Amino acid sequence: MDFTFTDDELAFKEAISRFLMTEAAPEALREIWETDSGRSPELRAKMAEQGLTALSVPEHAGGLGLNDVAWSLMTQELGYYGIPDSMADTAYVAAGLLAALSSAAQNGTAQNSTAQNSIAQTDELLGGIAGGELRLALQHPVNPLVADAHLADFILLMEGVNPAGNTDISQAALHCVPRRDVDISLHPSIDSSRRLSQVSWQPKPETLLCRGDEAAALMEETLQRGALSVAGQLLGLAQRMLDLSVDYVAQRKQFGRAIGSFQAVKHHLADVAAKIEFARPVLYRAAWALAHQQPESGLYVSQARLACDDAAQLAAHHGIQVHGAMGYTWEVDLQMFMKRSWSLASSWGDRAFHQQRINTALFAHDASLDYGPADTFGSAPEREVNNA
Amino acid sequence: MELIYTPKQQAFRTEVRQWLAQHLPAEPLQSYDTREGFEQHRAWERQLFDARLSMVMWPTELGGRGCDLIEWLIFEEEYYAAGAPMRVNQNGQLLLGPTLMEFGTEAQKNRFLPAMASSEQMWAQAWSEPNAGSDMAAISSKAVRDGDDYVINGQKTWSTRAIFADWCFGLFRSDPQSSRHHGLSYLMVPLDAPGVTIRPIKALNGKEAFAEIFFDNVRVPQENCIGEEGQGWKVAMATAGFERGLLLRSPARFQKTARDLVQLYLANQASADRDPAIASRVAKVWSDAQAYALSAYYTVGRLSRGEKIGAESSINKIIWSELDLAMHQLAMEILGPQGELTQTQNSHWLEGFLFAQAGPIYAGANEIQRNIIAERMLGLPKS
Ligand SMILES: Cc1cc2nc3c(=O)[nH]c(=O)nc-3n(C[C@H](O)[C@H](O)[C@H](O)COP(=O)(O)OP(=O)(O)OC[C@H]3O[C@@H](n4cnc5c(N)ncnc54)[C@H](O)[C@@H]3O)c2cc1C
Repeated sequence: MDFTFTDDELAFKEAISRFLMTEAAPEALREIWETDSGRSPELRAKMAEQGLTALSVPEHAGGLGLNDVAWSLMTQELGYYGIPDSMADTAYVAAGLLAALSSAAQNGTAQNSTAQNSIAQTDELLGGIAGGELRLALQHPVNPLVADAHLADFILLMEGVNPAGNTDISQAALHCVPRRDVDISLHPSIDSSRRLSQVSWQPKPETLLCRGDEAAALMEETLQRGALSVAGQLLGLAQRMLDLSVDYVAQRKQFGRAIGSFQAVKHHLADVAAKIEFARPVLYRAAWALAHQQPESGLYVSQARLACDDAAQLAAHHGIQVHGAMGYTWEVDLQMFMKRSWSLASSWGDRAFHQQRINTALFAHDASLDYGPADTFGSAPEREVNNA
Repeated sequence: MELIYTPKQQAFRTEVRQWLAQHLPAEPLQSYDTREGFEQHRAWERQLFDARLSMVMWPTELGGRGCDLIEWLIFEEEYYAAGAPMRVNQNGQLLLGPTLMEFGTEAQKNRFLPAMASSEQMWAQAWSEPNAGSDMAAISSKAVRDGDDYVINGQKTWSTRAIFADWCFGLFRSDPQSSRHHGLSYLMVPLDAPGVTIRPIKALNGKEAFAEIFFDNVRVPQENCIGEEGQGWKVAMATAGFERGLLLRSPARFQKTARDLVQLYLANQASADRDPAIASRVAKVWSDAQAYALSAYYTVGRLSRGEKIGAESSINKIIWSELDLAMHQLAMEILGPQGELTQTQNSHWLEGFLFAQAGPIYAGANEIQRNIIAERMLGLPKS
């Protein structure tokens, strides 16, 4: 039992944090918001130089081969600095999907010949992600619109997806489609950095990655990564909103003293701090379980999603309150992070979706007995864990 | 990160599980807020001690078995999962014990710790006074030096189980000129000493759960002082850290309650589902109990990396007290009209509900914990 990060993981996180602090200051983000694409190729290229895009690409495809645990730190940084980019979608979620496909093909466990044939293509995509040249967007039935499809080089799309979300994914097929072959219509979001699109396209045999059970299992794992990515970002956002609020209440004076010395204000922020501290290990446990394909990882991811969302929503709620009218303005930086947290809250599954998953796991016949105090970490995997 | 127990940890878990299965009292013990129940608990604690399972983290020469924090968490998980009796000597074992380990002399450790581990000596905490509750620095009970003795006069209150305990520990003003947190000394006092009077106070449930203690020229020798004379505040703050932090409210206790709550819900699902929100609230508190356990393991990881845990223990205090309240509130809602009854197989939920009311008050009221978080963790200005 070792609930700690390695020195390498922590050092990498520190380096990314220092980098984003200077390269992604709020003024810079505001400028990026104003552009048509809402994205900065320069910032993206610099993040790739830092190694972020290569983080979870397998080593054989030119990446660093780290797992979800490392991303549980990284996504917090992306949230904290409000990075207006689908970095995590490409380098974490899509890379995870492609890596799984690649290793299934290599091990010969891929269930259809298309995937076998596409190993070269998959590894080429992974290499492009690692080098920072490629952007990928992903569709999933839980997300009615696709984020960052407007800039993606490829879009991972599911044949037979119903935008209302009631798709039976066991019947679906997964395709990797060049953007030039799809039609996109943008739907503006309250978060100026979000770019959401409806995507229309026609499946073709040459874009098929896999179908049936294999596609369904991959999409389930992808959902977990997507949800975990959002959870990490929400936690980072919560911390940023807390820090901004602490700074603000320490300098804003009323009744002749800093408002941060009033107990009502203190208690608002203390509650946010408690929620954040409380959510963090839940996120890390979910990431570990996913990396090690533990059977309960879906439950843990949903728990992490709700815990991190709780922290972000409270940080936004109390954050705007302690900022007073200032918090209701475009001018104050708090708004950027607040709106991101509101928009992410229903991405990769909304609260009801994740709550439902927890309820189902917990109240299923006999299931509750498995989750007692002696099983804090669920059932330990029987097999050797070798991808640590 | 490796969130799997090692074979050694698993073996320890199995050993504890088996021992508990063989030795758990056949009948539930009576409440330790009664004389008879208290003595039943003392006997049970003795059994734990003889198996070296009373204070698993203490060194062997003091009656423990030298476990690390992870093993302690495992022990607690097994202990609560088995439904073993609540620990009656927590004030001694979990608050004074660690304090003595850190600040006590060798003689004090040898004299008190093994007897504490076996519960041959039961301890009461004597900090609060009628005019020193949240503001503990307002303590006015005096301990005046007379040769090698202190002579104690004053009054303490809200002292849990003091009517049954053998000893108490508390802060006394040893420098009559001093004020606030200066000039206080941390003393251990036998409750059968001449001049000690104990008057029980009935708690919500009608039981004599705590007491007032009056000191009338009570003499204790100087060697009963922990740490230096006049430096009691510093020592007491360490005790308070133990109280709020990891040890006193081990997560397993809440995980057990959460798990029982899931079963209570399932057994009463038909009626509970009249309010569809109940299911999700049960899942939420269950998740929160899990989260509390995870945060304990994560804290252990931080400690093992050499990090110090400071004001965060105040977060712990808020979390467990509010979680306990939320769980028992929910149990009352699930039980509906049955909830108020004191003599049913579900009455322990009512007992728990009553006791949970006190959680946000004792061990430092939650408002005070929030002040600590804001000022010491977030660096906000003092009021
Ligand atoms: C079940 C139980 C067991 C106990 N056991 C023991 C024991 O064994 N030994 C012992 O010494 N004591 C014990 N106590 C006492 C406990 O430590 C005190 O009750 C606690 O410290 C609060 O003090 P008080 O009751 O005097 O409340 P007060 O200090 O009068 O506080 C009343 C209310 O005012 C609020 N308040 C006070 N000051 C502030 C402030 N600065 N800012 C904001 N709000 C404030 C408090 O948060 C609280 O809500 C026990 C209490 C209970 C309920």
